[in-house]
Amino acid sequence: MSAHMDRSIETTLSVNGTPTTRRIEPRQHLIDFLREDLGLTGSHTGCEHGVCGACTVRVDGKIVRGCLTLAVQMAGKRVDTIEGLSDSGEIAELQRAFHERNALQCGFCTPGMLMAAQDLILRHPHATRDEIRDHISGNYCRCTGYQAIVDAIETVLKAKAVATDKRR
Amino acid sequence: MKAPPFAYRKATTLAEVFELLDTHGDGARLLAGGQSLLAALNLRLSSPQILIDITGIPGLTGIKVANGTVTIGALTTHAEIERSPEIAHMLPLLAQAAPHIAHVAIRNVGTIGGSIALADPAAEWPACCLALGAEFVIAGKTGNRMVHARDFFQALYTTALGPAEVLTAIEIPVPAAGSRSAFVELTRRRGDYAIVGVAATARMDGDVLNGVQLAFLGTDQTPVLAKSAMAEIEGKNLSPVLIAAASKALASDLDPGGDAYSTAATKMHLARVIAGRALAALAA
Amino acid sequence: MNADKTKPGYIGQSMPRANAKRLLQGRGVYTDDLRLPRLAHVVFFRSPHAHARIVKLDFTHARAMPGVIAVVDGKAVEQYCKPWVAVLAHLKGIKSAPQHAIAIDRACWQGEAVAAVVAESRAQAEDAAELIEADWEELPAVVDMAESLAGKYVIHPDLGDNVCFTRALDTGEVDAAFARADVVVEETYEFGRHTGVTLEGRALLADYNAADNALTVYHSTQAPHMMQDIFSRHLDLPEGNVRVIAKDVGGSYGIKVHVYPDEMATAALSVMLKRPVKFIADRLESFLTDIHAREHKAKVRLACTKAGDILAFELDDMTSIGPYSVYPRTSGIEGNQVVNLTGGPYKHQHYRANLNVVFTNKNVTCQYRAVGHPIAVSITECIVDLAAEKLGIDPADFRRLNLIADDAYPYTSAAGMKFEKLSHHQALDKLLALMDYKKLRREQAALRKKSVYRGIGLAAMIEVTNPSPAFYGVGGARISAQDGATLRLEPTGMVTCMVSVTEQGQGTEGIFAQIAADAVGVSIDKVRVMTGDTGTTPYGGGTWASRGAGIGGEAVLQSGKVLRAHILEVAAAILQQSGEMLDVRSDAIVDVRTGEVKLPLAELGRIAYFRPDTLPLDFQAELMVTRHYTPRGYGFAFTNGIQASLVEVDVDTGFIKLLKHWCVEDCGTIINPQLVDEQIRGGIVQGIGGALLEHCIYSPEGQLINGNMAEYLVPMASEMPDMAIAHVVTPTKTSELGAKGAGEAGTAGAPGAVMNAINDALRPFKARVTAQPVTPERILRALGRV
Repeated sequence: MSAHMDRSIETTLSVNGTPTTRRIEPRQHLIDFLREDLGLTGSHTGCEHGVCGACTVRVDGKIVRGCLTLAVQMAGKRVDTIEGLSDSGEIAELQRAFHERNALQCGFCTPGMLMAAQDLILRHPHATRDEIRDHISGNYCRCTGYQAIVDAIETVLKAKAVATDKRR
Repeated sequence: MKAPPFAYRKATTLAEVFELLDTHGDGARLLAGGQSLLAALNLRLSSPQILIDITGIPGLTGIKVANGTVTIGALTTHAEIERSPEIAHMLPLLAQAAPHIAHVAIRNVGTIGGSIALADPAAEWPACCLALGAEFVIAGKTGNRMVHARDFFQALYTTALGPAEVLTAIEIPVPAAGSRSAFVELTRRRGDYAIVGVAATARMDGDVLNGVQLAFLGTDQTPVLAKSAMAEIEGKNLSPVLIAAASKALASDLDPGGDAYSTAATKMHLARVIAGRALAALAA
Repeated sequence: MNADKTKPGYIGQSMPRANAKRLLQGRGVYTDDLRLPRLAHVVFFRSPHAHARIVKLDFTHARAMPGVIAVVDGKAVEQYCKPWVAVLAHLKGIKSAPQHAIAIDRACWQGEAVAAVVAESRAQAEDAAELIEADWEELPAVVDMAESLAGKYVIHPDLGDNVCFTRALDTGEVDAAFARADVVVEETYEFGRHTGVTLEGRALLADYNAADNALTVYHSTQAPHMMQDIFSRHLDLPEGNVRVIAKDVGGSYGIKVHVYPDEMATAALSVMLKRPVKFIADRLESFLTDIHAREHKAKVRLACTKAGDILAFELDDMTSIGPYSVYPRTSGIEGNQVVNLTGGPYKHQHYRANLNVVFTNKNVTCQYRAVGHPIAVSITECIVDLAAEKLGIDPADFRRLNLIADDAYPYTSAAGMKFEKLSHHQALDKLLALMDYKKLRREQAALRKKSVYRGIGLAAMIEVTNPSPAFYGVGGARISAQDGATLRLEPTGMVTCMVSVTEQGQGTEGIFAQIAADAVGVSIDKVRVMTGDTGTTPYGGGTWASRGAGIGGEAVLQSGKVLRAHILEVAAAILQQSGEMLDVRSDAIVDVRTGEVKLPLAELGRIAYFRPDTLPLDFQAELMVTRHYTPRGYGFAFTNGIQASLVEVDVDTGFIKLLKHWCVEDCGTIINPQLVDEQIRGGIVQGIGGALLEHCIYSPEGQLINGNMAEYLVPMASEMPDMAIAHVVTPTKTSELGAKGAGEAGTAGAPGAVMNAINDALRPFKARVTAQPVTPERILRALGRV
């Protein structure tokens, strides 16, 4: 098959709640699509083979590896990126906890880490420190050594637990 | 590392898949979860002409229990199995194994069918299927056929699946009353490919283990039922002496190769250790 | 610093960093986030062989591919970029061969670039690179360091042998010391080469403007001025026409302070093609070409009396680097540091060391976080523990007998290292209390009876920080050991602070804001710090060797003090009062005694900038001040610390559980305790990586066999321990701030502590491990289980 053939597929997906239509080359993974085509550079790649977790984004409510997701597969789906989670205020407490605890240094792993952390907070609100570590075990951070990240997530879980108790 | 160019079609029926497979032959790859395939493409380890996305085909998902059989659709994700109350209740071995598969983000997308069709020697599901006596439902242009797990995994990354066939479901007999299961896997880090692992099931009748199944992953080029070891244990009272005998018998069952970090001898040693731990867990 | 007694100063406070906010929102700007008109992307065609002559390269098919702009070889790039030789005068006898931006004639390691494809997208460039046809003549690959030293095959015939650098150090009377010793212990330690694995790969966007003959390079680098000089000299562009800008950097740890041929080639291509060209190292090429480090084989001997006094150390260290010494800092430094630092915390007088640094056909190596320290500390602390065991003395007690006394300073070590003032004993006391050492020993004993094998390992360390020009400058390198800070009061009373030290996430910009705020007298939210741009900051060295706080911080402090004085001069002119009656506090001019606000700084700014006509005729406001700082007096500001690791070893599988880790560090004045502690924690885990997990594994043919994230193992969250950090504070008197460096301390000591802990756990079995990474297999072998 000729390499010059235009294989682009018109694809409509929702990005941070905004319906988005583009012609997408099948081989382009979701992160490259977000970064190159939509200018959403908050999502990063670190290995492009699904191990480091820098590319973690949310598709239809579930965290996935953006580098192991073809953008064309996102037709009809909802993609949430760090920009969306941030601007909507969804992760404001988490960001504040990370900031105060210095649970980030260079920041490159941070968008993916926040995605994983938010997923844990939504699904496992009673997670122990070991369970927190387990949930972020697929997100590589070279700078922090992880403890500050675990502390920050634990702080948010505890605050939510207190808030939940108060509501009862 | 950008993947080489390929075409993409999202199939809506199996018939469409077979047609595309006919047309493209070797140049086609089936795309389910894509967690292995897309990594390989990003690494430029292969250059297919077309990816056939099968995730939109109805009837390939879901977990059903009927007539003593648990049927798991091939497109069921690892996460769905991990979270399924039916699986936890009926096939606890799968619930024990699921958290070992990579990481949350991968489990949300990767499928049991994809894992079985790829048959990575260190994968969890093939060994579990072997231990549970699973049968695989394979669809082809001319109809379905069933292949038992013991016949399915043939060589390294080589299964009974033909080039124009699609794995559509996994059927697992509900274990008998009194069944126990244990899953032990050794990795340096959570979510890594197993160095060695074992999926173990048995019925506990008093102090005696019956119907012992020990399926190893990460040792050989396919998952292996450790028949000699199983024979040592079968129908006997579990004791440290018996466990030692079974571990020793593993030498006849397993033929591990070395890898970058472990020699064959180390792998064999570790296999013996986890066999003992799995058996102890079964009897606990 | 801040004279206002009612408000504590910012220096010494743990406060969140302003520049972290954008990173939390995904609004950071890393080099790959930049877009420029006509931006092109480069992909390198790399040698699949460890050593091979390039017989022929055919670009015909590659050039025909869609989107391709150019396909070039080493000869084409040589027209634009001069080669280099990485040697320094003060490393006597060091030698290396010339290295080109793209290899010409011969590739000397698997992964070395031999051609470049420039295209409109990265994907298109990769498609084209696959169609480059190459004919190779494979040459013998030198892979094993002993073989390299033996020199049967010489990689660079012109050099005569494979030896890059040797060093011999001898205090004299070493043999006599060993002869009179009651106990001599000897052990050989091996360390596997490993690498930094920055999550953001190396990244460079070169933008050449042909009209101005000017090059702007957006570069994920630690040392923009150094790179400015190098681009200027090697691309033959006037220095002032080169601007290097480091945007947000996604991790560096020393990996990004070196000169990489593919990065130089990228800049050369921009000049050649007269358009912006971007290079982002993907993960596979990162493993093949980011500098590796720490491949050593070190034989160590220790002589001591039966009372436990160390008499002498002897070291024979061999390390293998790549086929070239790396530019401009050289690949001799790591081994040199091992010689300088072995035995460092102890008061023995006699020491002999021999070092051989040899070339191989594996990837190049150079300075990586804690350069040489992890080796020196591991070998020192492990042999010390071995001696303690032989003598039946508790390891903590043995150290107490031998650590340099806290009142012995200034002190020169047996290796000739000059210490201003260290606190080894205070630190040891603090550590033992922090970890409740005695309780851990009791638990260990009790658990051994239940066949649970825990180990406690200690590692005392000295660290090189705040290097003076003695590190590189004296050798002829155009690497600045001084730094500057420019502080400018803005009309609205804000303070802009431009510093030549750079930021990669450790928090340099944060601490500079704290220092500037205190020095000037403004609140911290009024301070904006800018770093990383050679076009706007003073000239300086950037970040490396733990110098940011001590050197950059001092420059900020001095500049801030002078700006404060200048502000008071303006205030005096405005208020017609003596400046001595006034002070700057909390964004206002106040009465120095009463604190009464006389004039908000915003008002002072308005007058000085927009209404200077209202000021005395002979008065000119100078509200922008630059000051520089050079560390003098000591070659390095040495710090000290001590770490401990608690592990549990599964003696059936050889697997280790890291239960806890402690570090007591003395880095002098601490500007932001949280940032320092987090640097230490991150450094510890990075050190643990080298100790247990990380290894660039080469086949006998010189092929890297595990160069991907699944098979090269970096520390992930589940396996890492919580770490307790505490401090002793001994400020340096060489600066007003008193801050020494802290960035590398964690990495320096963690491997030694962990290896000692493992060996302590294995003690009942009389088994020892001596090679890192300590894999389960190595433990099983030591136990005789395989």
